[in-house]
Amino acid sequence: MAKLKLKGHLINRDWCKGCGICVHFCPRKVLELDEFDKVVAVRPQDCVCCKLCELRCPDLAIEVQTEQD
Amino acid sequence: MPAREYIRERFFPHIWCPGCGHGIVLNGLVRAIENIGLKKNDIVMVSGIGCSSRIAGYMDFHTLHTIHGRALAFAIGVKMSRPDLTLLVPMGDGDALSIGGNHFIHACRRNIDMTAIVMNNRVYGMTGGQYSPLSGYGTMATTAPYTNIDQAFDVVSMATAAGATFVARATAYHVQQLPGILEEAIRHKGFSVVEVMTPCPTYFGRKNKEGSAVDMMENLKTRTTPIGSKAKQENPSLIERGIFVKKELPEYCAEYQRIVERAMKGK
Amino acid sequence: MGGELKFVQGNEACVKAALYAGLDFFAGYPITPSTEIAELMAARLPRKGGTFMQMEDEIASICAIIGASLTGRKVMTATSGPGFSLMQEGLGYAIMAEIPCVIVDVQRGGPSTGLPTKVSQGDVNQARWGVHGDHAIVALTASNHQDIFSITVDAFNFSETYRTPVILLFDEVIAHMRERLKVPEPGEIALVERLKTSVKEGVDYHPYLQREDGRLPMSDFGGVHRYNVTGLFHDMWGFPSENPTVVHELLRHLTDKIDNHVEKMTRYREYFIEDAEMLLISYGSSARSALHLVTDRRQHGESVGLLELQTLWPFPSALVREKTRNARYVVVVEMNMGQVLQSVKASVERPERVFLANRVDGVLITPADIRNILRLIQGKGV
Ligand SMILES: Cc1ncc(C[n+]2csc(CCOP(=O)(O)OP(=O)(O)O)c2C)c(N)n1
Ligand code: SF4
Ligand SMILES: [Mg+2]
Repeated sequence: MAKLKLKGHLINRDWCKGCGICVHFCPRKVLELDEFDKVVAVRPQDCVCCKLCELRCPDLAIEVQTEQD
Repeated sequence: MPAREYIRERFFPHIWCPGCGHGIVLNGLVRAIENIGLKKNDIVMVSGIGCSSRIAGYMDFHTLHTIHGRALAFAIGVKMSRPDLTLLVPMGDGDALSIGGNHFIHACRRNIDMTAIVMNNRVYGMTGGQYSPLSGYGTMATTAPYTNIDQAFDVVSMATAAGATFVARATAYHVQQLPGILEEAIRHKGFSVVEVMTPCPTYFGRKNKEGSAVDMMENLKTRTTPIGSKAKQENPSLIERGIFVKKELPEYCAEYQRIVERAMKGK
Repeated sequence: MGGELKFVQGNEACVKAALYAGLDFFAGYPITPSTEIAELMAARLPRKGGTFMQMEDEIASICAIIGASLTGRKVMTATSGPGFSLMQEGLGYAIMAEIPCVIVDVQRGGPSTGLPTKVSQGDVNQARWGVHGDHAIVALTASNHQDIFSITVDAFNFSETYRTPVILLFDEVIAHMRERLKVPEPGEIALVERLKTSVKEGVDYHPYLQREDGRLPMSDFGGVHRYNVTGLFHDMWGFPSENPTVVHELLRHLTDKIDNHVEKMTRYREYFIEDAEMLLISYGSSARSALHLVTDRRQHGESVGLLELQTLWPFPSALVREKTRNARYVVVVEMNMGQVLQSVKASVERPERVFLANRVDGVLITPADIRNILRLIQGKGV
């Protein structure tokens, strides 16, 4: 299977409740909470497109958009 | 969010607390349904009362939000009338095994084709943190301020003993397995039970000093292990996850159809 | 099937009528004196492709029929006092979510396990107020098998027309007694079928938006419209709402749709009422004894009459007020401590002339029992 390439993290700031689950369990520390306790992708270049943040988000607030490399 | 078409977006953000595992179950469920490729008009979701049961309102299916503990009984009425529909029955641990315990075991016994999802946060979330039949000995709750002396049920053994033909346990942490297990449960022709261990940081977490939602997710990682793992032999207190039972037995709606045929022939 | 003459139990008359009305889903749990209904359904429903289910208890039974009704079926369950108590939460749900269903309560002595095989009419007020919260309810009864048949068909018709549960309050004597029944020909009694929405797929459908005539067209679960059904207060799409206007309007709608149609739902019979000085009011099996007495006393020249109620809820107050206007005494004949008596007293102009003739010992009240009480009321001594 071809490797996935990141297009971007689509984050729904209205839905994010800032629980921090995605931030904590991201294997590459790509995500952080900002001063409003909303998630932002601060190091997108490190993302390996595992989509764990998307799968684990209780608020359905993250989509990791990818394309085939 | 890929499976967007299955949710009623206008009601988001949902009512669950930050870090509540119930949302992760919803997340896994829509993926499972998308993988199977079910049509929304062919799905009926029946839930009871509790934080968990509010899931029905967020799903764009035929949704029946019923009364505490009775979801399976309503679901049986729907399924027996329309065996062609896919029935999904999410329930809280109190909902499914306390007030609804009788319906639960009898639904297992009948092997009627539907999927019961027990969203087990080991507490009565909606009413504010009382102990449930899954809290377990030694836990704390608003109604067990000195400590809980009630032993817990094991959902998997109970469902197995009662005759469910598909029994699995998953967790809100193990999201790479969750949609797959739910998918297999839904595809299974018969009564499927999936227990999903989900954190309630607001009540169970606080009362039992389990820390934040993140800490509780860590606990799901460290306190569980795949069925039959070496780790389990070394540490019997680990909780096993995976598919415990998957067997074929006559399905109830199909059996009833045979009764109809007999009756029509007059014998 | 139609037109045949049968010698049957009341329970069987009820079963025949339910099938005539189009019943195709029954779920229940055995309890005396209603069990024959479940047994007959188990044999007959599958023959017409319908569904019979013996559930794990009465709670599951009422929940299952509500679920089945949502898919477009005509549904029923049958029980007696203890089971009827267990059904109250489900009954409230059907009221709130406006789901048609018929619940038969064949009354026996209570409270608790009471007198399982003996007669009583003690559930009249439970039928009215067993469900918590403000609500309206429909409860019907009958005193002979021909009337059991027609009132059972009425129950299904009202249930579909008003999208509400309807209770059939029979009693042990009427349920177990055998008498003649002439099953009407198909089409002889008009049937009300489920009002289905004409809203097309893809167009916004409002399951809880009334038409001008107050009726709510339904879409079957599994059909082209996906909507939410809940026991919470809800908006016109069926989604939970705590908006005070929405709450107020829904509660008014739930009560008005019954209370504004009392006349249409009132069923009764009257015997020798016009010149009756002594007017008996009764229902169910006690009305049989009352009728016996009235016919007998008329032959002795006494001006006694009988108003037999078949609709107990919504209580036909206007009818009772009008029919009692000329009577000197009004005597309610029933087998409880005066449950319909209360409603009669509340309906008439002079409640002090309303008396009770009852028996509460599990034995059918006899014409002689009633006569003795009438003599006491008239100051004649027994
Ligand atoms: C008959 C009845 N009894 C009690 C309640 C109050 N009640 C609502 S939800 C609930 C428990 C919820 O716990 P659970 O089923 O575990 O779901 P959770 O909220 O934890 O997801 C209770 C006791 C009720 N609604 N109905
Ligand atoms: S109380 Fe617990 S179960 Fe309920 S929404 Fe909050 S975290 Fe979830
Ligand atoms: Mg719970």
